[in-house]
Amino acid sequence: MTGRIIVKKDLGGENYLIEVTTPQIASRFKAGQFVIIRMDEKGERIPLTVADYDSGKGTITLIFQAVGKSTRQLATLNVGDTILDCVGPLGKPSEIGEFGRIICLGGGTGIACIYPLIKALVNAKNEVISIIGARTASLLLLEDEISALSLRTCVATDDGSKGHHGFVTEVLMNLLDEYKNSDGVQRVVAIGPPVMMKAVAGITRPHHIKTIVSLNSIMLDGTGMCGSCRVFIDGEMKLTCIDGPEFDAHKVNFEDLISRLEMFKEKESEALKHYLNIKGVSKCSR
Amino acid sequence: MLEIGGKRIAMKEQRPKQRIRNFRSVPCGYTKEEVIAEAQRCIQCIHAPCEKMCPVQMEIKSMIREIVEGNFKQAFLIAKKDNAIPAICGRVCPQEEQCEGVCPLAQTGNGINIGKLEAFIADWAMENGVKEEFHIKERLEKVAVIGSGPAGISCAVDLRRYGYQVTVFEALHMAGGVLQYGIPAFRLPKNIVDYEISYLTEIGADLKLNHIVGQNIMFDELREKFSAIFIGTGAGAPQFLGIEGERLKGLYSANEFLFRTNLMKAYKFPEYDTPIVCGNAIGVIGAGNVAMDVARCALRLGAKDVYILYRRTKREAPARAEELQHALEEGVEFMELVNPKRAIGDKDGWVTAIEMFRMRLGEPDKSGRPRPIKIEGSEFIMKLDTVVESLGTKPNRLFLDMTPELETTKWGTIKVDEDLMTKIEGVAAGGDAIRGNATVILALGDGRKAAKSIHEYLLRRQ
Ligand SMILES: Cc1cc2nc3c(=O)[nH]c(=O)nc-3n(C[C@H](O)[C@H](O)[C@H](O)COP(=O)(O)OP(=O)(O)OC[C@H]3O[C@@H](n4cnc5c(N)ncnc54)[C@H](O)[C@@H]3O)c2cc1C
Ligand SMILES: Cc1cc2nc3c(=O)[nH]c(=O)nc-3n(C[C@H](O)[C@H](O)[C@H](O)COP(=O)(O)OP(=O)(O)OC[C@H]3O[C@@H](n4cnc5c(N)ncnc54)[C@H](O)[C@@H]3O)c2cc1C
Ligand code: SF4
Ligand code: SF4
Ligand code: FES
Repeated sequence: MTGRIIVKKDLGGENYLIEVTTPQIASRFKAGQFVIIRMDEKGERIPLTVADYDSGKGTITLIFQAVGKSTRQLATLNVGDTILDCVGPLGKPSEIGEFGRIICLGGGTGIACIYPLIKALVNAKNEVISIIGARTASLLLLEDEISALSLRTCVATDDGSKGHHGFVTEVLMNLLDEYKNSDGVQRVVAIGPPVMMKAVAGITRPHHIKTIVSLNSIMLDGTGMCGSCRVFIDGEMKLTCIDGPEFDAHKVNFEDLISRLEMFKEKESEALKHYLNIKGVSKCSR
Repeated sequence: MLEIGGKRIAMKEQRPKQRIRNFRSVPCGYTKEEVIAEAQRCIQCIHAPCEKMCPVQMEIKSMIREIVEGNFKQAFLIAKKDNAIPAICGRVCPQEEQCEGVCPLAQTGNGINIGKLEAFIADWAMENGVKEEFHIKERLEKVAVIGSGPAGISCAVDLRRYGYQVTVFEALHMAGGVLQYGIPAFRLPKNIVDYEISYLTEIGADLKLNHIVGQNIMFDELREKFSAIFIGTGAGAPQFLGIEGERLKGLYSANEFLFRTNLMKAYKFPEYDTPIVCGNAIGVIGAGNVAMDVARCALRLGAKDVYILYRRTKREAPARAEELQHALEEGVEFMELVNPKRAIGDKDGWVTAIEMFRMRLGEPDKSGRPRPIKIEGSEFIMKLDTVVESLGTKPNRLFLDMTPELETTKWGTIKVDEDLMTKIEGVAAGGDAIRGNATVILALGDGRKAAKSIHEYLLRRQ
C-alpha cells in the first residue's frame, strides 16, 4: 500500500511528525502496533510505531527521529509526497484491560510510541500516570497531549531544563514510593531506549509489579520469516515482529537486545555517508 | 534423420573465477543452433517417460519436436499450456530426478537437457514478445489466493483461465515467494522472474502486495468476500538449531541472509539501503539448495573461505546436482560428517568460532539415508566470522495461529485431502504450506490441481 503524506511537522531536535493516508491501516490499527515502510525501490524496510490514527480520515501518524540514512531521507519528504510501501498494522496489539493504577514511561521517541497506549488505557478506565523524559526540554514530544489525558504527568530531562533533573527512572522510583501506601501501582509500561527499559525492569522487579516493554529490535520482513528480530525471553527465542513487540520486561534479556542492535552499525554509518555525499547535504548534526 | 544417443550439447557457463565476482546468470543459455541440435537428439520415445515424471505433465515430446522444426512459438505455447512459469522451472527444477532422470539417454549421462530447452523457448518468447492468447469466458465468482509463490501463481493463472475473478494477496512488497526472495539472481535472473509474474496481472488477476492474511487482513474477511480460497503461503519460517550462541551477531538464518542479499539487493549496498555483514570465513550449516545458495552468495559478497558444514556426506546432500557442482567449482569447501554443538562469541557479542562434533554414518533412517551418529569426545573448534543456519524452514505460524479451524500436522503443514481441499469448505491449499520444503514444480502442480478442485467445487455449488 502506498501512503501519501498530508501533514508534516518539524518537532525540533531532528524529530518529525508525518500524517500519512493509508485507510486500510488506519481502520485496523490497535494500540501497540507498528508499520514497516519502504520509501522507494532501493529503500530498506524500516519499522515505525503508529503514534496516532484517524479512521475517519483514513490516516496514521508517525513520529520519528532522523538518526540514519532512512529516517533522514524520510525527513526530506514533504506534504504530497508518497511512501512506496506501507505495511501494517504489524505486531500484536497491547493488552488493554482495566488494571487500576498504571505508570506509563516514555523516553525520547518512545514518548510517541507510548501515546496511543496511554490513550487506550485511559479509555479502559485506568488511572494513568505518565512519565516522559528526554535529553532536553525542546525534545519532549506530545507533552500537552499526554498531560491532557493522564491523571498526572511528570517530566524529566537529562540537563534539567524542565521537570526533574535526571532520568525518568528516578521519577519512577519516587512515584512507586509515593503510592506504596495507597493501593500501590498495578502495572508499568515503558517504551524508550533499551537501557532505559532495562533500568525500569530492574526497579519494578523487586516490587513484583507487572511491567511491559516494547522492543525495538532490528527488523526486515516483519512477518516472522527471517529471524533478525529474535529476542530472548526467559531464555526462549521469540520474534519481536510476530510475538511482540511487547514483552514482559522481567523476562527480557536486554544485553542481547542491546548487543544485536549494533550488528549493522558500521554499515549504517557507511549508508549515511553515501547518502549525504550523493545528496550533497551539508547539514549533519552528528 | 534422428540419431540415437550422441553427446549432450554442453551448456556454456561463466567461468568460476569470473562469476564469483558478479550476480549474473551462471549458465549462458543455448544458442538457436545448439538448442536445435540438443532437441534433435531426442528419440521421441513412444511412451515418453519424461512426461510422466514431470509433475505438471508437460508435453515434452511435442515441445521438443517443435524445437527441432524451429517452431519456437509453438514449442512455447505447448510448454505454457501446462506450466505457467517455464523460464523459471527450466532453470530450477531438479531435472535429474524428474523428466531427465528417466530419459533412456540418461543412462550414459546424456539425457536430453529438457530444462535448458524449456528455458530457451520461454526466454525466446519473452525476447520476441510472443504471448499465449487467452479467451476467457468470465464467471462472476470471486476467488482469493493467499501467497504469490509458484503455488499461488499457478493456481491464480488456472482460476483465471476458468474465468474466475481472482485476487492474490501477498505479504511482501514483491510477488514471487521464494523465487523472488530466496533463489539468487545468478541462478534465476530477476528480470525473468518479474516477467513471468507479470503474466498474473496480464491474465487479469488482481495482485495485492503488502497484505498479510491473518495480520492486516483477516481470513474470515476473505471467507465472507470470496466464494473460494487457495492457501499457498509456503513454508517461510526459519528453524534454528537451538544451540548455545544463537543470539550472537554474525549468525543468521539462511532466510535472513538470502532475503537481505536477494530481495533487498544488499549486494548492491550502499546503492541499495539494506546492509549485510558477511565476513571472510563463513560456515553454512546444511547441504540443501538453500545452503548452496547461501554459500555461493557469500562468495559473491567477498567471503574468502566458505564452508558447507554437513552431518552426512556429499552423497546424501539434498541439493540439486547442478547446484552442488557449481558450488564446488566456485571454491566452496564441503566439510562432511560434522554437527555444530555451539557458537562461540567474543566480548562484544560477535561470533568468532563454532564448536562441532565429528559424526559417522549408521544404519539408514526413515528418509532412507544413513543416520548420522555423534562421535563422543570428538569436539573441535573452527574459527569463523559468519555462521548461517540453513536447516530448512517450516510454515509460518503467523497465519496458522490466526486460523485455528485449519487442521495441521505436527510439522505445522496444512492437512488436505486428495483434491487438496482442507477441512474448511471451499478452501484449498498447496505447495510448501502442505508439503514443508518441497520444490517449485511440485508447488506449481499443486496450484493447478487446487484450481481444478476449486472449479469443481464452485460448479457443484451452483
Ligand atoms: C517495533 C519498532 C517500532 C519503532 N518505532 C519507532 C518510532 O516510532 N519512531 C522512531 O523514530 N523509531 C522507531 N523505531 C526505530 C526505527 O526503526 C529506527 O530508528 C530506524 O530503522 C533507523 O533507520 P535509519 O536508517 O534512519 O538509521 P540507521 O542508520 O539504521 O541507524 C542510525 C542509528 O540509530 C540506531 N538504531 C538503528 N535501529 C534502531 C532501533 N531499532 N532502535 C534504536 N536505535 C536504532 C543505530 O544504532 C544507529 O546508531 C522502531 C523500531 C521498532 C523495531
Ligand atoms: C533458497 C532456496 C532455494 C531453492 N531452490 C530450489 C530449486 O533450485 N529448485 C526447486 O524446485 N525448489 C527450490 N526451492 C524450494 C522452492 O522454492 C519451494 O518449494 C517453492 O517456492 C514453494 O512454493 P510455494 O508457492 O508453496 O511457497 P513460497 O514460494 O514460499 O511462496 C509463499 C508466498 O506466500 C507469502 N505468504 C506467506 N504467508 C502469507 C500470508 N499470511 N499472507 C499473504 N501472503 C503470505 C510469502 O510471502 C510468499 O511470497 C528453494 C527454496 C529456497 C528457500
Ligand atoms: S517443468 Fe520441470 S520436470 Fe517438468 S519438464 Fe520442465 S524441467 Fe522437467
Ligand atoms: S524420454 Fe528423453 S528421448 Fe524420450 S521423449 Fe523424453 S526427452 Fe525424448
Ligand atoms: S523481522 Fe523477520 S522475523 Fe521478525
